[in-house]
Amino acid sequence: METKKDSQTIAEYIKNWSRKHSLFVMAYGTGCGAIEIPATMTSRYDAERLGIRGAATPRQADVLLITGYLATKTLKRVIRVYEQMQDPKYVIAFGSCTINGGMYYDSYNTINVLEKYIPVDVYINGCMPRPEAVIAGFKQLQDKIARGDADNGTRYKENLDWYRANQQQVIKNWRMPDYNW
Amino acid sequence: MEGLAIKILGAVITTIVAFAVGMTYGGITRKLTARVQNRVGPTIFQNFIDLLKLQSKKTNIYHGVMGHFAPMWIITAAITVLMFIPVLHPGTAWYNSWFPNLSFHGDLIFLLYMMVFGSLGMALGAGQTGNPNSAIGVTRGLSQMVGFEIPFVLALVALMVQYQTTSIQDIMTVQRESGVWMMFSNPFSFLAALFASLGMFRYSPFDIVGAPAELASGPVSEFGGKYLGTMMSGGSIFAFIKLTLYVDLFLGGAYSIPELLIKTFALYMIPVFYGWVNPRYRTEQAIRYFWGWPTALGVIGLLIAIF
Ligand code: SF4
Repeated sequence: METKKDSQTIAEYIKNWSRKHSLFVMAYGTGCGAIEIPATMTSRYDAERLGIRGAATPRQADVLLITGYLATKTLKRVIRVYEQMQDPKYVIAFGSCTINGGMYYDSYNTINVLEKYIPVDVYINGCMPRPEAVIAGFKQLQDKIARGDADNGTRYKENLDWYRANQQQVIKNWRMPDYNW
Repeated sequence: MEGLAIKILGAVITTIVAFAVGMTYGGITRKLTARVQNRVGPTIFQNFIDLLKLQSKKTNIYHGVMGHFAPMWIITAAITVLMFIPVLHPGTAWYNSWFPNLSFHGDLIFLLYMMVFGSLGMALGAGQTGNPNSAIGVTRGLSQMVGFEIPFVLALVALMVQYQTTSIQDIMTVQRESGVWMMFSNPFSFLAALFASLGMFRYSPFDIVGAPAELASGPVSEFGGKYLGTMMSGGSIFAFIKLTLYVDLFLGGAYSIPELLIKTFALYMIPVFYGWVNPRYRTEQAIRYFWGWPTALGVIGLLIAIF
């Protein structure tokens, strides 16, 4: 069977190769998981050797790293950050809280399933995941990029109505600027 | 007609070499920084990969005309200045000579003007994006420039006064004929210029413009994708320009490309090394730094040159 990887043109292959080896991460430090990011980036686990490096602003970033539970108030900021990022953009959701709510599943003001609000590329489970798991998650994302099917930015735009409806369900005072991407 | 073709070829080759050298030096710096921090670090070609990735981003946000022009402005300014820098000693053996491009007599003052051109483009572009971090970054950058330009200009003026010339080539010739590098014959001016270079390269403690954790990379905070890539290329060319200018003026110029690479790399490591052991200054601390000893050294150098 022909996979998507085989049907890539050479230009696409080179582009994906460079995307894979140069991931600028916007670490959105929500929740407790943020504490694992310094460990992942610094001497002991050294994510920079894989081309992963921190980005200062959403405009420069490729990967949005959501590290834990999201209060509805934070979700609003996350959506703004996500919409400001430039395609192709990827989301890595970190910790059980982003998958099903984790230990905050019955909290009155956190969201349970991140997938409903922004498209997620890779989930890293654990409460909280260790740096090895984080790097394994990045590896999975890299494989996905190399295969050429990490294009959730487009998916988000195509299904914007669905995502917007979900977002507005939890964010009551919806006052957000429109982005022209 | 053939002359024109050679000139165009020279311009293209010089630009490519400057770009490649600047990018590779940046990559080596990243690797070395990683090693100093006991990390493995990225490959030394990581900057090229980053650039390729940035150029293959699918979307780019548009922030208005000036925001669109700023990266182009920076790279244009970089290439323009590059054309006025003599890369190697002129007129040595054919295999050791480099295209003269546009370097002419009297170019030092012109260069002083042109070298701030890129920063000006950056300032205008960052202004239009409307991001407050950019505005703060720009004011910081301009303040820092006011700081380090003074010792830098003092050092260059000392050379110009002493040798009665404003031409880089003449200063190179003086060094070739006397056999003494300017860093030994004018040590005070050299030191002043060296301190100024710390500010020019914007490694810590003078990374107050970019300040990733504080200003979210400052002027470039609203530029992503291709814009950022273009700025990165311009910055790399500028790094090569500054290093080559210093080598031409103070280290006796170079007779061959390997010699140029050794000298420029040695010079480049000074701000990098200085940065490893220093945290970031605040703006006024940085300015006070430059207006302290570096300026005093520059004045001493100038006085020695005059009397
Ligand atoms: S998954 Fe666990 S560690 Fe992560 S944010 Fe939730 S409670 Fe905290």
